[in-house]
Amino acid sequence: MKLTIEFGGGLELLCNSVKVHNVKVDPQDGEEKLTMKGLLSWVCKNLIKERPEMFMKGDTVRPGVLVLVNDCDWELSGQLETPLEEKDVVVFISTLHGG
Amino acid sequence: MESNGGDASQILGEIESLKAERKDIDDRILALEAQLREISITNGTVKSDASSPSVLKAASHPNHQLSPDAIYRYSRHLLLPSFGVQGQSNLLNSSVLVVGAGGLGSPALLYLAACGVGHVGIVDHDVVELNNMHRQIIHTEAYIGLPKVESAAHACRLINSTVKIVAYKEALHTSNALEIFSKYDVIIDATDNVPSRYMISDCCVVLGKPLVSGAALGLEGQLTVYNYKGGPCYRCLFPSPPPTTACQRCSDSGVLGVVPGVIGTLQALEAIKIASGIGEPLFARMLLFDAFSGSIRMVKIRGKSLRCEACGEKSAFTPAYFQEFDYEKFTNSPLSAAPPKLNLLPPDSRISCKEYNEKVLGNEPHVLIDVRPAHHFNIVSLPNSLSMPLSGLETRSPEISAALNEAQPQEGGGSSSGAHLYVVCRRGNDSQRAVRLLHNMGFPAAKDIVGGLESWAREVDPNFPAY
Repeated sequence: MKLTIEFGGGLELLCNSVKVHNVKVDPQDGEEKLTMKGLLSWVCKNLIKERPEMFMKGDTVRPGVLVLVNDCDWELSGQLETPLEEKDVVVFISTLHGG
Repeated sequence: MESNGGDASQILGEIESLKAERKDIDDRILALEAQLREISITNGTVKSDASSPSVLKAASHPNHQLSPDAIYRYSRHLLLPSFGVQGQSNLLNSSVLVVGAGGLGSPALLYLAACGVGHVGIVDHDVVELNNMHRQIIHTEAYIGLPKVESAAHACRLINSTVKIVAYKEALHTSNALEIFSKYDVIIDATDNVPSRYMISDCCVVLGKPLVSGAALGLEGQLTVYNYKGGPCYRCLFPSPPPTTACQRCSDSGVLGVVPGVIGTLQALEAIKIASGIGEPLFARMLLFDAFSGSIRMVKIRGKSLRCEACGEKSAFTPAYFQEFDYEKFTNSPLSAAPPKLNLLPPDSRISCKEYNEKVLGNEPHVLIDVRPAHHFNIVSLPNSLSMPLSGLETRSPEISAALNEAQPQEGGGSSSGAHLYVVCRRGNDSQRAVRLLHNMGFPAAKDIVGGLESWAREVDPNFPAY
C-alpha cells in the first residue's frame, strides 16, 4: 500500500536529511495487514541510513520520539498494533528542547 | 545702539529661561494630574473639588475597574467583541512567569508586558551575548555582558510602565522553583534543555499550574499546553528522557532567529488565552511548525496518563519529593545548556593550542585535520587545515596517508614517521572521537588539539573569530 512517511525534529538526519518519503509497503513479517509494528521494521531496513539507535530502542521508537498516524498520537490508536490504511501519513518527530 | 542691543539679548535670554521654567511647571502639572487620576480611580470616586470647574464625570462602570488610561491603552482589545472588558480585566488581574529570557522568552515577554498582564515574572541566570542578538530580540547591544533578566525587565517597563515586572536573577532549581512558581497563575517554559523541561513540568503538576511549553531548533518549532483541564503533562508524553546524544542545542545545530520568535509569540498567545479565559488553549494538541516548508501542523496528542509518574493516580510527586528529585541525574544532562567537556584520550594523545602553535612556528612537518562539518569549516578555519568531517572520516585513510607523505621532510634519510598528525574541531570533543577513530584506522600517533578552535581563540589568537 502507498504511504507517506515523514521525519522531523532532527530525525531526518538519520535518512540523508530527507523529510518526506512516499513509499510502497506490503504487510511485514507474516502480518495479514500492515501495522505500525511491521512498518517500524520496514522503516529501519529501508529508510534509516545511520545510527539506528537514535530511532529505535527495543522493538519500539526511542524515548523522545512522537509517532503520529494521520496527525494523531499513536497512543490513541494502539501504538505498535495500529493498523495502517492506503494513503495514511505516518510522522516520526523528535521532541525539541532548544529555545 | 550697542547698549540697546545688549538689553535686547538680555531680554531674549530672560524670555527663554522663563519659557523653560513654564515648560517645567507644565510638565509637573501634567504628571500630578496623571497621579491624581490614578488615585481617584483606585478610590473609586473622584472627590469633587470646589475650585475645579464642574464637568460631567464619566460614569465609573460597575463591571470593571479600568482606568481612563487603561481604556485608551487597551482600546483595541476592548473593541474585540470576544475579548472585551472582561478579557482585559482578567488579564490585568493575572500573573504569568516566563522561565528563560532567550529566543522564546524574548517575544513572549514583549507581548505579555504590552498586552497588560498585571504581573510578569522573569527567571534567567544568563548574561546577554552578541551571538544571542539575532533571535533574542528583547535585548539590545547596550546590555551585552549584563544579566538577561535586567535587560528584559527594562525593555518590558519601557513598553508598559503599569505592569509589575519581577526579575529573578537566578537559575531555576528544585530549591527555588516551588516558591517562585506559586506566585503565578500561568507558567511559560522558554528554556533550552531537557532537565529544566522535566523540572518545570513536575513543578507545575505539584502546584496545579498550567504550563505553556515551546521549543525551537534549526527551522522547526513545537508548542503545546501541559497540565491544563485534564490534558497531559510533559511526563505523560515523555515518560523516559531521550538519550543525551539526541538532544541538540541551538549553540551546536543552529537556529533561524525568527523560528523561536514565532513559537515564543504563540506561547504568549496561549498564556493570554488562559489568563484572560478567552479562547481555546492548545492542550491535548500540539502545534508543529516547519519553517523550511512553511507548514504548520496541528496534531492530537494523548490525554493525561493514569500511570504517569508525575500526574498519574499513583504519583509520588509531593513538594518534598520534588525538591529532592535529581533532574540532572534523571536526564543525564546538565541544567544549563552548556556544552559537555569530554576527556576520552590519554594525555600523550593530546596537545594544547599553545604547543600546537609552537610547532607551527617551528615549521614542524605536520598535517592538521579539521573534523567539523563542512558548513562549520566554511565559517572559519585554521590555515592549511584539511576539512574531513567526522561523519565520513573512516573512508579518508588514503587522503590522510597522502597528505602525511607530502608533508614529510624530503631530505635523504626519509624516516617514515616524519610528519605528525593533529586533529582539531570546534570545542575539543569531536576531535577526541576522531583521534580514537584514527588510532583504529592505523594512525596511532594522531593527537587532538585540546579545547579546539574555541581554545585557540582564547589562548593563542584573540582575533580568531568565535561563533
